[in-house]
Amino acid sequence: MEIKCTGVAGTMESSDAMVTIEQGSGGIQLQLSSPVIHRFGNHMRSVILETLDRLGVKDAVVTVVDKGALDCTLKARVEGAAFRAAQCSEEQIPWGGAVR
Amino acid sequence: MINAVGRDIPEEVMKATGRDIFRGSLYHDNREYTKAAPTVRAKIDPTRSKLVGSIREALNRCGAHDGMTISFHHHFREGDYVVNMVMEEIHNMGLRNIRICASSLGKAHDPIVPYIEDGTITSILSSGVRGKIGEAISNGKLRDIAVMYSHGGRVRCIEEGRVHIDIAFIGAPTADECGNLRPNGGKSNCGVLSYAYADAQYADHVVAVTDCLVPFPNIPASISMVNVDYVCTVDAIGDPAKIATGAAKPTTDQRKLLMAKYCTDFVVATPYFKEGFIYQTGVGGASIASTIYLAEVMRQRNIRMGLGLGGIATPMVRLLEEGLIGKLVDTQDFDLGAVESVGSNPNHIEITGSEYANPMNKGAYVNQLDFVILAALEVDIHFNCNVITDSTGLITGAQGGHPDTAAGAKCTIVITPLLQGRSPAVCADVTTVTTPGESVDVVVTEYGLAVNPLRPDLMEAARSCGVPIYTIEELKDMAYAIVGTPEPIQFGDRIVGIVEARDGSIIDVVRQIKEFEFAD
Repeated sequence: MEIKCTGVAGTMESSDAMVTIEQGSGGIQLQLSSPVIHRFGNHMRSVILETLDRLGVKDAVVTVVDKGALDCTLKARVEGAAFRAAQCSEEQIPWGGAVR
Repeated sequence: MINAVGRDIPEEVMKATGRDIFRGSLYHDNREYTKAAPTVRAKIDPTRSKLVGSIREALNRCGAHDGMTISFHHHFREGDYVVNMVMEEIHNMGLRNIRICASSLGKAHDPIVPYIEDGTITSILSSGVRGKIGEAISNGKLRDIAVMYSHGGRVRCIEEGRVHIDIAFIGAPTADECGNLRPNGGKSNCGVLSYAYADAQYADHVVAVTDCLVPFPNIPASISMVNVDYVCTVDAIGDPAKIATGAAKPTTDQRKLLMAKYCTDFVVATPYFKEGFIYQTGVGGASIASTIYLAEVMRQRNIRMGLGLGGIATPMVRLLEEGLIGKLVDTQDFDLGAVESVGSNPNHIEITGSEYANPMNKGAYVNQLDFVILAALEVDIHFNCNVITDSTGLITGAQGGHPDTAAGAKCTIVITPLLQGRSPAVCADVTTVTTPGESVDVVVTEYGLAVNPLRPDLMEAARSCGVPIYTIEELKDMAYAIVGTPEPIQFGDRIVGIVEARDGSIIDVVRQIKEFEFAD
């Protein structure tokens, strides 16, 4: 999936995450902040990277401002930001495919 | 050395702080000791005035010097001006290596952080440290290891002579020129001066700071003139709006209401819920809601509370006025309703910090508690509680009376949601132990309750109360099933604080915080 513009998904509410995906300059560059980064930082990073990998995002700058989101929320926000950044219209979202 | 809650306390910390490891709540029962005594100056000349015109003059007259220990109380809560104005003057005098012995420090004291950074303040003892002082200590900016003690532990610490106070600064809503101090009748009323009694009795020099000088005699006095050297008048000792706020609205948070309901259902099923029971609760949403539910059952069954103890807020005052409580015995007032009540209702009584919770006197009020309802940031499968460090390891809270009341009460109930955001509040091992699990009997969450296996007698009450029952391990597993298994917080090596158990031993240490680093 090619990142064409800046895509944002999520909020700054408690138990949510704000995900911003921008065009990269080779590879995935992740910046993650979270009140529970000490407890779940490594795990959250792998969830984010696996989600991007599943969507085929190979080249992006990804900023995640987490507010204590669970894995399901985090995945959904990364997916939302990625599709917006790739300028996918609703018909192009692979429901039941990469998005499960 | 490994202590009684399984924490490894480095020997160099024991040496640097002169303290033993925690060996169990009753380890020092019956221990004989000699109390410390202050060095005082006689005031024989009746014509010599105690009035001084400024904090600077008071400091000079008391012989303020490098390395001295000064003390403060926290009855003005987030509205306090006294700590900042005294520390600013000490800083302006160029004094260094000052030790602060406070009953607590909060966000109101953020302005003294630069004095920690420049070496004016090098040592702090406090129930806890919120706000920027907590951040400064957690970042290793204080020279000495900070000591966090409970309210009862602080009195013990002073009475044993573990800390000797050179000058006590006692903010007083009203004072007469002889130094009789009252917590009411002025511009900045705080209701009680409970935590300042020990300071008045054990400090070499005692300075009253007031913004309302009244004619002699200002009685009945909380602090008597026999212990006060100087009376200093200033424009304002605090911000009345932040000292005593309006009563908090009862919570509408369904999770808190459910926990409160479960808590009350359990309380009324125990054999301790009977005419004349003795009770303490906090001022959090779930605690107040559980008091309101409890009052309904008290009315239905015609059971009255003999005594309500501790920090007081309006809901308890209303029950006193309704006749559902016999006496309120008060060490701190959280809102205007409580301040007004203790100043006017003869059944609402101020007691000293020692009477409240000191483990080393001849018996404190906490020992008479049937129930205490507490909160916690974390509780683990050993029932140990953490009330001072957050999910990043930062010092953000205070012990208060948590370990004192937990140790004293026949039935100690900790209310906590299973999860605080993504942090499991019920966990395998708390980050910092502030209250030992041996003192905690029941944990109530929104999913159900767990009874400490040390208390099989309470298990019977739990079975009959209709609340879902789990083991503490099951509650922990439910939390981890939702959020995952947390990794331990990454700390720096330096130890920046100790958590003192009630008896003065070390129950845990707090390390310097550090930036999180990914595993690879």
